[in-house]
Order: sequence, then structure tokens, then C-alpha cells
Amino acid sequence: MEKIYARTKGIRPDVVSGFCPGCMHSTVIKLIGEVLEEMNIIDKTVAVLGIGCCGLKMEYMSYDNITSPHGRACAVATGIKRSNPDSLVYTYQGDGDFASIGLAESVSAANRGENISVIFINNGIYGMTGGQLAPTTLLGMKASTAPKGRIAEEHGYPMHMCEILNQLTAPCYLERTSCNTPQNTLKTRKAIKKAFQNQLDGKGFSMVEVVTNCPTNWGLDPLKSLEFLNEKMLTEYPLGVIRDNG
Amino acid sequence: MKRVFMKGCEAIAEAAVRAGCRFFAGYPITPQNEIPEYFSRRLPEVGGVFIQGESEVASISMVYGAASAGTRSMTSSSSPGISLKSEGISYCAAARIPMVYANISRGGPGVGSIQPAQMDYMQATKASGNGGFKMMVLAPSTVQEAVDMTFAAFDYADRDRNPVLILCDGVIGTMMEPVVLPEMKSDEEVAAIKNSKKWAAIGHKVDYANRGWIQPGNWSTAIMQQGNEEAAVMYENWQKNDVQVEHYQVEDAELVMVAYGISARIAKTVVDKYRADGKKVGLIRPITVYPFPYKAIENLNYNQVKAILDVEMSIPAQMLEDVSLAVKGRCPIETCLCSGGNLMKKEQVMDAVAKLI
Repeated sequence: MEKIYARTKGIRPDVVSGFCPGCMHSTVIKLIGEVLEEMNIIDKTVAVLGIGCCGLKMEYMSYDNITSPHGRACAVATGIKRSNPDSLVYTYQGDGDFASIGLAESVSAANRGENISVIFINNGIYGMTGGQLAPTTLLGMKASTAPKGRIAEEHGYPMHMCEILNQLTAPCYLERTSCNTPQNTLKTRKAIKKAFQNQLDGKGFSMVEVVTNCPTNWGLDPLKSLEFLNEKMLTEYPLGVIRDNG
Repeated sequence: MKRVFMKGCEAIAEAAVRAGCRFFAGYPITPQNEIPEYFSRRLPEVGGVFIQGESEVASISMVYGAASAGTRSMTSSSSPGISLKSEGISYCAAARIPMVYANISRGGPGVGSIQPAQMDYMQATKASGNGGFKMMVLAPSTVQEAVDMTFAAFDYADRDRNPVLILCDGVIGTMMEPVVLPEMKSDEEVAAIKNSKKWAAIGHKVDYANRGWIQPGNWSTAIMQQGNEEAAVMYENWQKNDVQVEHYQVEDAELVMVAYGISARIAKTVVDKYRADGKKVGLIRPITVYPFPYKAIENLNYNQVKAILDVEMSIPAQMLEDVSLAVKGRCPIETCLCSGGNLMKKEQVMDAVAKLI
């Protein structure tokens, strides 16, 4: 029988996903692996991992990676890429990492137009530490450190990183996608490929913001978390290409 | 040998370039701004990369990245900036990433003062970040020594796959002295050093077992402990093999001063003054403050040595604790201290010695 589907070489052949049931991290990790394999660049790729659930990715990748201090992934990627321009360097960061503790590193790398790619996983909450308030948490959404939900007067408003970075001159490509439907998952795949291709072409900073779920810390089963994502998250974070200078 | 007249900070940067450093990231802070400024001019000439980071935290992370890609890399700062870098330094130590950094130290705590001080001794030698890691800490007392130590620091870093700290007070960093610079490593030598680092994360053939995996931690506590144990063995070996110390007029001394960096240089002048009068005064100068030269102090003849004088630009005294560990109560230890950015005066040391002989 003809083999028409196989695990991507970008993921170790001997591991089973340890992510929570329904979590989209595994989907995005698979997409990245497939894109790298398709582009035939796994052997020149270095993944820079943020802290939190993103850091779990180190267990699954078959290729070079480095775990960065919390929030510093764009700075670490800058160091690798500038000293080794032949490598394909991408960061894989959550919302706490990219938009809170790492805001300075993220904005500054984007502003320098660093020739790196960022895969930014936005699920509106801190996953690994147990559901604390994130800069991307929706208004009214409960968090373990905001038991009454996000209140604008106390916590401010959800941060839109694509739009924030779109204020800068240097970034090349900013797109917000999701993996809530097969169609959007394919769009995410395409966006990741474009971000990597931009880097290979020396076009500078590209970011794909993937709006995802966190069934565990949202307190919803996987299907209900999809409904929440569709109805609430994507209303706050509309999908689409924010900038494309590629 | 050709001698050139250079400022300490610039000499450190040039020595680093000659040692093959091809990446520097740093953030402005007085009194070390001449280091990043020099690198910003010099590195592009040799195909290297200079970045002014958005913060100390970002700069050390950039160095962590560049060094993880196998490039000889450096950062520098001054006291409060070094505190900010402690996150990345700890990551480098954890992931066993070789890199060199210099602390051109100033008065503290807090923002402190911009004048020279030796108030980061404990931070440098005992806890430069979380997790109990150690580094070789080299403390120059002349600009020439700062040059030689910086050059050597890259070899130590690569040998051990560990950060190395040049603990340099603001005096050495900002004064000018004639120095002989080491020979520049050729492009081929620099490339060979980089290529020898097979562990570097630059992209490898798909091969899980041999991928470049830079891990500043591990999910397995057993693997974590194993890493801690290996590091501990390395630290013990430094104590056996890598201690550097200068004995100056110690053999017949009845009063022995212990001082490092600029304080040692001032103390040496005081030794000469008293020796001219026939007084038996000597100096032990730790060159590596980590590993600390405990044995040099431990092995003194305490039937002959009547007192130890700890001379340092820090109030309260910090190195004093290491000196005490070595003296083991066998003779009195007095201190001669200044702090907060005040430079140690020769007269102050003269007076402190006079009280003990």
C-alpha cells in the first residue's frame, strides 16, 4: 500500500505529544516541522524557545534549538542570526513571553528589522504556570490572578501585538492566523512558510501570530474551547494579513 | 615589543578582538562606555558584529545566542548593569556556554555612584545569578593585566564551556597606561575555534541524538543533578589548577596585606614605603578572586605573621570573609576600607599598617 502520510522529519520519530488534549501547540509544531521539511531547510534551522508551554517543544523537535530566558527569545535569536547569518532562526513564544516580560526585546528586534521569524502563540493566558492573567487575556475573562475576570480599569486592555508592531517601519510581514478550522490551519501553514521564506530572502522581521486555545486553563473541554476561540478570541483578534512587504 | 598607550576599557576591547571575539552586545553605563564604543568601531573591521542592545538584559541574551552559535562573544557593564545581566549569565552557566564579560565596577548598592569601587566581590565570586553556579573571576590590577586576562579569558571560557568574568574596578577601566597587546588571531584561527564547537546551535543534519541542543535546564531532575555534579567537579579542579596569586615581599613579613585590583596596587606602594624603612610588610594579591587563593593565606607562617590587613574598596568588607576562611583565627585580621566610589588613599593604608606594626 502506498504511504501517503507520515510524521514530519521535523519532529522526533520516538515521541508522543505531552501537550494537553485539544491544545493547538502540537498542531503548530507539526506545521512548522512540515514547512521546514518541505523547504528542505531543517538542517540549517535553529529554534529559539520561549519559557512556558512553548519550552516543551524542545522535547519534540528533531533539530537544533535553544531555550531562551523568559521573554528574551528575540534577543537570543538576534545573537544567533547575526553571528551565523546562514542559519534559519525562528522564535516560538507565548503571549506572556512575547508580549509581557519580553515586550522590550520583541518590539526592539522588530524595530531593528532583525532577519528572524517569530511564531507567536496567543492563547490569552499563561498556560504552564496555571492560568494567570496575560497581556492578551480578554476583558471579563477569568484568570487565576484575576478571579473576577479582566477588568479594564485594573488590568488595562488586551494587547494586539500585530497592530502594535505595525506602527513600526521595519517589520516585513505581520499576519494573524488560527488553527480553529482546517482552512485556517492551512493558512497558518502558508503564513509560517512565508515568514521563513522572507528570512531566506533577507527581508527582515516576520511574525505569525497564531490565535490558539488553552482548554486546561480556560476550564473548557477541547470542543467548548474551540467555540470560545471562535466567538470571543477571534472577535478581539481578527485574522488576516496586517502587513506584507514581502 | 611595541607598546601603546591605551585606556583600560579600550585595551580590554582590543584584547578581546585579538583573542577572536567577533560578537559584542552591550548597553551604555558609566564607567565602561568606552568598551561598547570601541567595539562598535572595531568589530566591523574584522567581520564581527556589534549591537547596542535595548537593555542589559537583552544584551546578555544576544551574547547567549551568539555564543551558542559558537562565536567567541563578550558583553560588559558596570555594577547595577551586571545585576541585570545576571539572568543571562546564569543561563550561560546552566547551558555551559562559553562567553566573557567584564564588570567595570562602581559604587553601590543601587544606582550607587559612577566612581570606582570594589563592591561587587560577593556577587562576582559567590552568587552571580540563581542556582549556585561559579565562574573563573579574574581581577586585573594594571591595564596590562586587564589585556592579558581578557585574552586568556576566552581560552578559559572555551576550555570549560563556562562564562568568565573580568572583575575590573573603575580605576583600571578608565586610566591610561602603556600596554603590549597580544598578537591578533588570524581569521583562520578564529574560524577554526568556531568550527571546533560541534555542540553549537547553527543547524545540523536531522539527527536527534546529535542536534545542537542548548539547554539551560532540563525536565529531568536526575539530568539536572548530573549537570550540577559535573560543574562542581570543574569548580574543584579550578581550585587545584587555576589559582593565580602574587606574593609580594611575603617571605619574612610580619604584617601581610591582602588586596586585589587597584587596592593591591596601592598596597604595593605602601609595602615599598615600609620596606624602605626596614619594616617587614608584605602583600598577597589574589589575581583570580575565584578560585580564591586560600592556600596562599592558609600556608603563611603564623609564628611569624602577627596580623593580616584586608584592604578593599568596599564597606562592609567583602573579601574579608574569604580571608577569614583561610586565616582560621590564627592571627588578628584588621581592615582598611573605603567605599561608595571613594578611591583608596595611600595615606589611609599607611596609617592602617602603622597601627599594626
